[in-house]
Amino acid sequence: MFKKKDMSYSDSVHYYGSIWGNIILVLVMLFPISLCIIFGVVPKWDSFFSALFSTIIIYWPVGVIEYFTYVPMLGSGGSYLSFITGNISNLKLPCAISAIEASGFSVSSEEGDIISTISIAVSSIVTMTIIILGVLLIVPLTPVLQSEALAPAFENVIPALFGALGVVFISKDWKIALLPIFVMLVLFIFVPALNEGTVGIMVPVGVIITVIEARIMYKKGWLDDKKEVKKNKE
Amino acid sequence: MKFNVNSWIIFLFVGIIIAFVMGQSIFFLVRALKRAKQKNMDSSVIKKTIASSVVFTIAPAIAIVIGVITLSRSLGVALPWLRLSIIGSLSYELVAAQNAMTATGANLEATVTDPQIFVTILSVMTLGIITGLILPQLFTRKLQKGLISIENRDKKWYDIFSNAMFIGMISAFLGFIFSNIDRLWKSTNGVVTVIKNNKKAGTQTISTFTNTSGLVPVFVMLSTSLLMCVFGILSKKTKARWINDFALPICLIAGMALAIAFDALLGGKLSEVTVNV
Repeated sequence: MFKKKDMSYSDSVHYYGSIWGNIILVLVMLFPISLCIIFGVVPKWDSFFSALFSTIIIYWPVGVIEYFTYVPMLGSGGSYLSFITGNISNLKLPCAISAIEASGFSVSSEEGDIISTISIAVSSIVTMTIIILGVLLIVPLTPVLQSEALAPAFENVIPALFGALGVVFISKDWKIALLPIFVMLVLFIFVPALNEGTVGIMVPVGVIITVIEARIMYKKGWLDDKKEVKKNKE
Repeated sequence: MKFNVNSWIIFLFVGIIIAFVMGQSIFFLVRALKRAKQKNMDSSVIKKTIASSVVFTIAPAIAIVIGVITLSRSLGVALPWLRLSIIGSLSYELVAAQNAMTATGANLEATVTDPQIFVTILSVMTLGIITGLILPQLFTRKLQKGLISIENRDKKWYDIFSNAMFIGMISAFLGFIFSNIDRLWKSTNGVVTVIKNNKKAGTQTISTFTNTSGLVPVFVMLSTSLLMCVFGILSKKTKARWINDFALPICLIAGMALAIAFDALLGGKLSEVTVNV
């Protein structure tokens, strides 16, 4: 018989990840249904379907592609947590990859998965706690956080984050980075529709371009270490 | 029951859901810590992971609180609190809320008083991004198995593949940072006017920016890249590990502070008005 205590760590992550995921899915779905019952109303169906259609036409395909893009970077435990707690590209993923990078483990190793899980769990707990404090102190905080003087700081979280992260990862494989950066710069500068609201859609595009390019370069031997090539020739 | 966007019953439901999500994070954290101990992982690495994750999260989390404030004007505090604590980010929640508000005739500036409109908006926000709550249970195990088999077949390619994924993601955000640089050559007398039409709401938002405003994010990005290089050199020279661990959060906070200076120097948004058309 299948026993929980016989499970490997990795199997238990999937097992508990699915249980927690399903519980939270049910709770999230019950929330609007409960409010309908409590307040004795149903959604305005025509408005609901038209708004839902214009939302899912973008966000369902994006959600699916994002899921398959982010899981390899987040690891198993990190994935189960991140897709529930959200704010992946602007918070959880940079937090996890910088922790994995500093630890020296690979994301695919069990140690890397543990580091990623710890980092994302801590980040989620801190985020939720800060939001709770923000909600409790919303009256005194509103004028401070919405002040014009501080606005540029909060509008520039992404540039500050990706400038620093960019250096770390581009310096590891700069040859791979040239093409996707060039393509993305041209697209974002010259296509007006690409902006803050659509950057999420461009992440998978950037990933697909880079992976295909890296595969070609790898097959052609362009990514081989010079020292290694020299050694092989000798 | 009488409806109010800040009704205690809405807070109660939101509190319960957030307690479960918090419970999940604590559960996974404790299990990962136990496993790290079993595997004799260096406890100083674990401690640094925790400390750097805490420091790193503070600034972006405060930015999320601003999102809660933005949405709270129309939806009250409880619903934005839930929506921004779980699943979506502000960019998604704003689009979903706006789509639903426009369809129901509500808007972001006025408090929703009709429960029917409130549940309509809530339902759209919930179902619009439900993929993230369904897919992990269905595919994560298979996907991880596939990745491990790639790694076992060719370790070198796997390393390049995972780095290529990070670079692909970073390249999209680098592109985005340059998205307003065209203001430099699109200006008239140093001012750029941006008009956004919201056909469904029948409104038009007219904003004006300085021509150099698009350079602010670019300069912020360049400064944090430079700072990261400095930290890299320093950690190699001094062999101090803490520099590596805290370089990213320090760069993030320094970059945000510098953004205020660059904005003052290069100018940002000059004006914004929304008119009915």
